[in-house]
Amino acid sequence: MSATRMQLLSARNVRLFTQGRSELSAGVRSPTSPALWSPSPGRALSGLSATRRGLPKEKMPENGASARAKVLTLDTMNPAVKKVEYAVRGPIVQRAVELERELSEGIKKPFTEVIKANIGDAHAMGQQPITFFRQVLALCSYPELLNDSTFPEDAKSRARRILQSCGGNSMGSYSASQGIDAVRQDVARYIERRDGGGPCDPDDVYLTTGASDGIVTMLKLLVCGKGATRTGVMISIPQYPLYSAALAELDAVQINYYLNEEKCWSLDISELQRALDEARRHCNPRALCIINPGNPTGQVQSRQCIEDVIRFAAQERLFLMADEVYQDNVYADGCRFHSFKKVLFEMGPEYSDTVELAFFPLHLQMCGFRGGYMEIINMDEEVRAQLSKLVSVRLCPPVPGQALMDLVVNPPQPGEPSHEKFIKERTATISALAEKAKLTEQVLNTVQGISCNPVQGAMYSFPRITIPEKAVKEATDKGQQPDMFYCMKMLEETGICLVPGSGFGQRDGTYHFRMTILPPKDKLTTLLNKVKEFHQKFLQQYS
Amino acid sequence: MSKMPENGASARAKVLTLDTMNPAVKKVEYAVRGPIVQRAVELERELSEGIKKPFTEVIKANIGDAHAMGQQPITFFRQVLALCSYPELLNDSTFPEDAKSRARRILQSCGGNSMGSYSASQGIDAVRQDVARYIERRDGGGPCDPDDVYLTTGASDGIVTMLKLLVCGKGATRTGVMISIPQYPLYSAALAELDAVQINYYLNEEKCWSLDISELQRALDEARRHCNPRALCIINPGNPTGQVQSRQCIEDVIRFAAQERLFLMADEVYQDNVYADGCRFHSFKKVLFEMGPEYSDTVELAFFPLHLQIGSLYFLCGFRGGYMEIINMDEEVRAQLSKLVSVRLCPPVPGQALMDLVVNPPQPGEPSHEKFIKERTATISALAEKAKLTEQVLNTVQGISCNPVQGAMYSFPRITIPEKAVKEATDKGQQPDMFYCMKMLEETGICLVPGSGFGQRDGTYHFRMTILPPKDKLTTLLNKVKEFHQKFLQQYS
Repeated sequence: MSATRMQLLSARNVRLFTQGRSELSAGVRSPTSPALWSPSPGRALSGLSATRRGLPKEKMPENGASARAKVLTLDTMNPAVKKVEYAVRGPIVQRAVELERELSEGIKKPFTEVIKANIGDAHAMGQQPITFFRQVLALCSYPELLNDSTFPEDAKSRARRILQSCGGNSMGSYSASQGIDAVRQDVARYIERRDGGGPCDPDDVYLTTGASDGIVTMLKLLVCGKGATRTGVMISIPQYPLYSAALAELDAVQINYYLNEEKCWSLDISELQRALDEARRHCNPRALCIINPGNPTGQVQSRQCIEDVIRFAAQERLFLMADEVYQDNVYADGCRFHSFKKVLFEMGPEYSDTVELAFFPLHLQMCGFRGGYMEIINMDEEVRAQLSKLVSVRLCPPVPGQALMDLVVNPPQPGEPSHEKFIKERTATISALAEKAKLTEQVLNTVQGISCNPVQGAMYSFPRITIPEKAVKEATDKGQQPDMFYCMKMLEETGICLVPGSGFGQRDGTYHFRMTILPPKDKLTTLLNKVKEFHQKFLQQYS
Repeated sequence: MSKMPENGASARAKVLTLDTMNPAVKKVEYAVRGPIVQRAVELERELSEGIKKPFTEVIKANIGDAHAMGQQPITFFRQVLALCSYPELLNDSTFPEDAKSRARRILQSCGGNSMGSYSASQGIDAVRQDVARYIERRDGGGPCDPDDVYLTTGASDGIVTMLKLLVCGKGATRTGVMISIPQYPLYSAALAELDAVQINYYLNEEKCWSLDISELQRALDEARRHCNPRALCIINPGNPTGQVQSRQCIEDVIRFAAQERLFLMADEVYQDNVYADGCRFHSFKKVLFEMGPEYSDTVELAFFPLHLQIGSLYFLCGFRGGYMEIINMDEEVRAQLSKLVSVRLCPPVPGQALMDLVVNPPQPGEPSHEKFIKERTATISALAEKAKLTEQVLNTVQGISCNPVQGAMYSFPRITIPEKAVKEATDKGQQPDMFYCMKMLEETGICLVPGSGFGQRDGTYHFRMTILPPKDKLTTLLNKVKEFHQKFLQQYS
């Protein structure tokens, strides 16, 4: 058994090395250039796999023990998977987790707490989940509580309705693959209310396992062709890296269009046209993805802009994918969220009967429950049948997430016992968020070398940072992106975990980080002051 | 861009059509939720609208969903989940203390003490630790590192993720994956989607769906001519076939995989569901470690031991919980795996919480233990009884022969379909057993899955039927199947 132990030990060592290396590799990629065909950085940097490639098929001696080459190695695995990058949970986050562990083991650090401002998880940030939602979920989990008089009647009636639409009256049953009928009906009615009466057919609504699931499924349908006919998909830069990761995995061509940072991350049609025209030379552009409100950039697109995008998609024959995950999170004065669907239908049948669209309107409270839905419009009927088949392979989205979705689109109504409390809790959350958005913008803009666009929606700020020449050089020498170097340094010195802008893509020579605005106000204030302090010190050190 | 007239209105070709969509997706087939199930849903709607049918109720015996079949989920699990959803209930004195302490432990390991938070991508640490300890207990002490455990969104998620890592190459170097026939169609669907080569090896129906190494060898040798076989998938206990492989067989498979350099994927989803007398479930991991370091240090394995257990099953289906354990995986590949799962952020947290309860149920001495054991025993013995009942009744029907159901929760009997029926089906462009099952659905309201959806030897026909319905309903169902089959034989002979 000691042989086993040795193997375990050496495996750990290799793993540590691997982590260090993948940290490098994440920094090597330049998302501002199409990263698709860049050679795997892992391969270039790994001496291990180079030796492995030449291994004979049978056994060879290694450290005196008999060993054999693995069946599955970095060189023999799916190359598309290797190209996948996902900054939001990348090396910075891994290091943050390690630091937390070290702190808990009593190791001294220049900080007492790691603040994870990398991910938009409201609950983990101490935001209280809505009471009504939690009550209904408890009732659904353990229906004996329906006899408990401390639960309000509207929570009970909601729970009864959900349970009745579950097989065997239990959330533990599989549901229909497309999602529970009653939930899809409620979602459809919600969309109709939101869009002022435009029709929504529940059959066009697919419940999903989080928004990612829906987006990946739609992309999967769209991808085909080889070489110059390979499907290209247009995504914004900066983008939410789920898109680049999914496209890499599907071996599709990523087409970057740049948002205009000078005009508050707005979207210019001329830039779309430029990106499309260039891409047409080497692939077959078929889809255009828009994230509104923006992630990581937090902007809210104007009605005019959305109309222009729809016209562009129609003219250029692109399948539109509108990621409206943060539609409920718009709080800047004078900003309003316009759904693509509403605008499409207001543009009349020339567009509303033809433009193929998929919407991904998730809502906030869903993180850990992995709920979500998408609505499809004008999809070819045969393709829709293929979509239904494809989702059936995964059996069904998690039922608790479906139940929660139902509550989000169908919250307590005026006159119901839970209404007042619900409104109070929701208003408190939204106004706190609006306040924190302003606070973030104000504090960051007082720092020399940081400039921050107003956070109009979603829950992130994506400020631009100045990184002095000397720091850029030190980062490059280390094989790191300069903003990765900056964020890693900030993490080690302050315990604050941010995501470098290079993980989302940015114009060459500009640097950013993404920071969630979700921490409670006092914690956010501390965090912002620490960022300020760090940045000043950093500028000093490297100027 | 250009419009063309169609029915007088201006219309345009769609961007995304059957001709311009991903061809790999088109090849995906998934019988368990296929046309038969769609028709069953339509029939239910028609019945509810008052349309007259030769039956009053659609019985969906196509899918193994114990809950939908009217089984009561375990009280303890439901209590803990309610406590986790609405922690104010921790002050409610009607909940037992062990349920509360379990809920507290789960909530403490969730961000912000809420199930609504994202978890680590690999799954909540505390849950992975409990899973590792469970595996060690099950296998009599063999070590399990929580870092080797990945929590997943159902078993499908883990299987697809592992296959995704394995697939590469073009043409004759394209990755081939060996799967049993009959198989659970998730495998064929995933391989089609990934554009990998499906290598069929046939289970031996005459010997109770056992697995012959010579058949593995035949399939492998043939496949080597046109692809690069790299992985071997084993489902034990079988789905849809319900057999339990012997210890000897598992050892032989491990030796075969080592010799032929195949990555092993052991789908042990139904490990807790073995009830035939004289049958015992042996985990691949346990056998591997008993075979000594020559194998246990080298053979690359991924296990998918979801617990679709009578008792725990209730909830895991809809909650989409699951996990996988990986062994001897190359460290660089493991880093890639961790990256890949991080893109999906995390598996659903309620499913992770439930998983924790399944691997760590009430212990002797805890207040909920007695009730838990009672509820679990009741469901297991009911299932064993229904397995026997199914086998017995079906074997009384001329033209149906049914192997003993040793585990899992399906029966996969072989059916005789007369020449004339085969011809009528072929003329309609249907598989004969699809024709048979569709006819049964229309005439009796019973929804089964045709064997062709799982694969079967040419010229043989089967259907898969779950044994989960309550006993009285199952008896009615079996009698209706019997009646239908006799009528069918008469009509087509």
